[in-house]
Amino acid sequence: MKKIIELKNISKAFDGEGVLKNISLDIHDNEFITLLGPSGCGKTTLLRMIGGFEQPDEGDIMFLGERINDMPPHKRNVNTVFQKYALFPHLNVFENVAFPLRERKVPKAEIKEKVESMLNLVMLGSFAKRSVTSLSGGQQQRVAIARALINHPQVLLLDEPLGALDLKLRKDMQQELKKIQQSTGITFIFVTHDQEEALSMSDTIVVLNEGQIQQIGGPLDIYNEPKNAFVADFIGESNIIDGTMLENYRVSFSGHTFGCLDKGFADGESVDVVVRPEDVDIVPCEDGELSGVVTQVTFMGVHNEIIVDIGGFKWMIQTTDSVNVGQRIGISLEPDAIHIMKKSKYSGMFGDYSSYSNELDELADPGGDE
Amino acid sequence: MHKRILKKGGGGLALAPYSLWSVLFILVPLIFVAYYAFTDSNFRFTTENIVRFFTATSSIKEDDGSLREVHTYLVIFMRSLKLAVISTFICLIFGYPMAYIMARAKARTQKTLVTLIMIPMWMNFLIRTYAWMTILQDTGILNGMLSNFGLGPVHIIGTETAVIIGMVYDYFPYMILPIYSIMAKMDLKLLEAARDLGCNSFGVLRRVVFPLSLPGVISGITMVLIPSISTFYISQKLGNGKFFLIGDAIEGQYIANNLHFAAAIAFILMTILLVCMGLFKYITAKYVCGGE
Amino acid sequence: MKVSSKIYTALIFIFLFAPILILLVFSFNESKSLSVFSSFSLKWYEELLNDRSTLEAVKNTLILALSATIISTVMGTAAAFGIYRIRKEWQKMLLNTVTNIPMINPDIITGISMMLVFVFVGRMFRESTSLNFWTILIAHITFCLPYVIFQVLPKLQQMDGSLIEAAQDLGCPPFKTFFKVTLPEILPGIITGAIMAFTLSLDDFVISYFTSGNDFQTLPIRIYGMTKKTVTPKMYALATIIFFVTLSLLLLNNIIDNEDRDRVKQKNEKQA
Repeated sequence: MKKIIELKNISKAFDGEGVLKNISLDIHDNEFITLLGPSGCGKTTLLRMIGGFEQPDEGDIMFLGERINDMPPHKRNVNTVFQKYALFPHLNVFENVAFPLRERKVPKAEIKEKVESMLNLVMLGSFAKRSVTSLSGGQQQRVAIARALINHPQVLLLDEPLGALDLKLRKDMQQELKKIQQSTGITFIFVTHDQEEALSMSDTIVVLNEGQIQQIGGPLDIYNEPKNAFVADFIGESNIIDGTMLENYRVSFSGHTFGCLDKGFADGESVDVVVRPEDVDIVPCEDGELSGVVTQVTFMGVHNEIIVDIGGFKWMIQTTDSVNVGQRIGISLEPDAIHIMKKSKYSGMFGDYSSYSNELDELADPGGDE
Repeated sequence: MHKRILKKGGGGLALAPYSLWSVLFILVPLIFVAYYAFTDSNFRFTTENIVRFFTATSSIKEDDGSLREVHTYLVIFMRSLKLAVISTFICLIFGYPMAYIMARAKARTQKTLVTLIMIPMWMNFLIRTYAWMTILQDTGILNGMLSNFGLGPVHIIGTETAVIIGMVYDYFPYMILPIYSIMAKMDLKLLEAARDLGCNSFGVLRRVVFPLSLPGVISGITMVLIPSISTFYISQKLGNGKFFLIGDAIEGQYIANNLHFAAAIAFILMTILLVCMGLFKYITAKYVCGGE
Repeated sequence: MKVSSKIYTALIFIFLFAPILILLVFSFNESKSLSVFSSFSLKWYEELLNDRSTLEAVKNTLILALSATIISTVMGTAAAFGIYRIRKEWQKMLLNTVTNIPMINPDIITGISMMLVFVFVGRMFRESTSLNFWTILIAHITFCLPYVIFQVLPKLQQMDGSLIEAAQDLGCPPFKTFFKVTLPEILPGIITGAIMAFTLSLDDFVISYFTSGNDFQTLPIRIYGMTKKTVTPKMYALATIIFFVTLSLLLLNNIIDNEDRDRVKQKNEKQA
């Protein structure tokens, strides 16, 4: 695949505070790539750099092999769907979408034709004469997309575009965006802090934290093979336990030795062991490799989410079995349920559910206010 | 985060003409007031003008016919201050309830009332003052009406009362509007909360509405006090020129081409106002709004 | 409204409007009396229309107000944009303070201070009279500027900053963006500012009094001169005309303001 954008060793600081630290990333033609990370991780800054609204302190931004660090936004063949849409309130729907065409002095008849077909693409064909302030959030979103696409940019930047929509609408728009991306063949660079959104839409996910890339990969890779404790915790739920790699395919943690599928670590190396809550089998106490007491059961609809105290470490397990608080259960782990990661600076910070509560989790997620 | 994301800068060119203008025609003139105040007609340094303000004396006739020596400009200044303070106080006493009534009225009524209040404000103040002159004159409309009822005549023109009426009339809207605009923004839920917590109507007014409306009161007081203390037309027309105010003193020196002394009076007035306003703000911030 | 509130409001408005109404009524009085209305007549209006120097003053006032409005609106809008784009907090504070000075300072001091500069400069060039049309114009621009700036600045601050970025993103160069996106957004503020500037300039007496020479008389200065001597109902006719002109300007301003407020309200409701 052809490289469209190359970021080479990009660094950026605001008021002496490093926001991006030595970022290198290749973005390919026709790719749906997502920059994923918590608030303040630098994802929006990175996007704005590609759009031309920020300049890197160090490093180069290459567009089709050409350095574009100093090229102003209006000269870049890249368009943005802004977080709060940024529709021009003094122009109606048609004129908003026609804005870039008028700028390029496209003939009137052609403008009419192009805008109408673009409005049809986003299913707003009959809204041309409406004022943008009279539209709902979802409709404004579509206008913003139509406006950004009308110039046929090679890359479309989307800055948390679905953040302001309610859940149902957001799900619909996710699918629609994916469809638009596939039908136009334009590279989408999508910024979000919502891991589910990232997993469901992207070809490639770039996980960012504290201005550094934590992992680049497809949704499955990221989910199944997280590189460190931060990624494992940020994408889905994870139990992350201290362990020791005894030899290839054999790991010891919680006082038991398990078979696993990982190799290439030094014998006796300290590692982080990731076990996804849905990969844990609940068995009778005596059959389990490990056993513990259930301290909390939460009914989640499809499954129960239970917290089990195993030797002082609290595990989260998702199960369809019904268990009760206070019950002693055994657990069993298949080799493919275990994923081994090298120790990182995030080791020990995540993956323990001692103080877990659903509400706290939601409170702690600042959600889109970047 | 938002601030950081908004890309700033690049407004220098747009700002250049105004920056130059404000230096040349706002800051330099103020420096010139001080410069003229401290120089004589040959632009040599002197404190004579300032000293003259505090020491110049003249004799005025007491009611019993005896003459009394007074410090001319200090008397004038104190008189200006007295009349301005009385006028401001009257504006506040009558304006505050008006602002409160306006703020509690229906939205449409509010708009109409604001427009109505603004109409006299946008009339030229010379004409407004002049209108009162014709009303208050000994042969004016007021006395004409009174005589119809077999009353009067009353002699108002040429008294301090007339000057105060003129000041109150001219600057009344400046008191109402700032108080109103603060009150209109006030969250009605706060008043309901106060009621819920056991305040009666007066309690709500005293403990919630008034403290919250203080910024409006302060700007209202400033907007009435400053023009009243420095006026010169009102006193000439309604005081029949008998009550020289500080503004009249400045104007008189300007007419007489005593620019250095005019500047000195202006300089002193400006300094006193600056100190008073600073003090006023400090006191209200410290004692009324509960610290900070 | 309660009955007591209604009565209070009525009394306040009687106080505010009685003097103006008396002027209006007596401007149509046949006789010169200020206390007795004899019969209806337009003779004072006729006399006013034949008063050369008053008409000259009206013309001067309009020329002055228009020039001051145009210049202060353009410069003030640019200044507001500049202040909006300032990055350093202290610079913003400084400019805000300086801009506040003409609004807070008593008019008489603003007038005197500028007059001193003009006279000083005039003396440097050995001019006999240093006060003329240009000095009064400078003075009017100076006291109009803060009002324009403080009308436009909030509009800029309310504007969604990403609109400017969106325009550039869609291919609009920065300078053009100002005219195509920023200007339409802040236009209501600019118009309100311009109307305020125009009205203030029309209305100003104190500052004009100190900064105008003998060869350029504005209407307020002419009124001052007329009221210095005897009282004639010609003044009332003039006041009546001014009253209706101000009234219509005020209503115009209200209409623009309301439309803008509706628009903002609509926008906020959508976002909520």
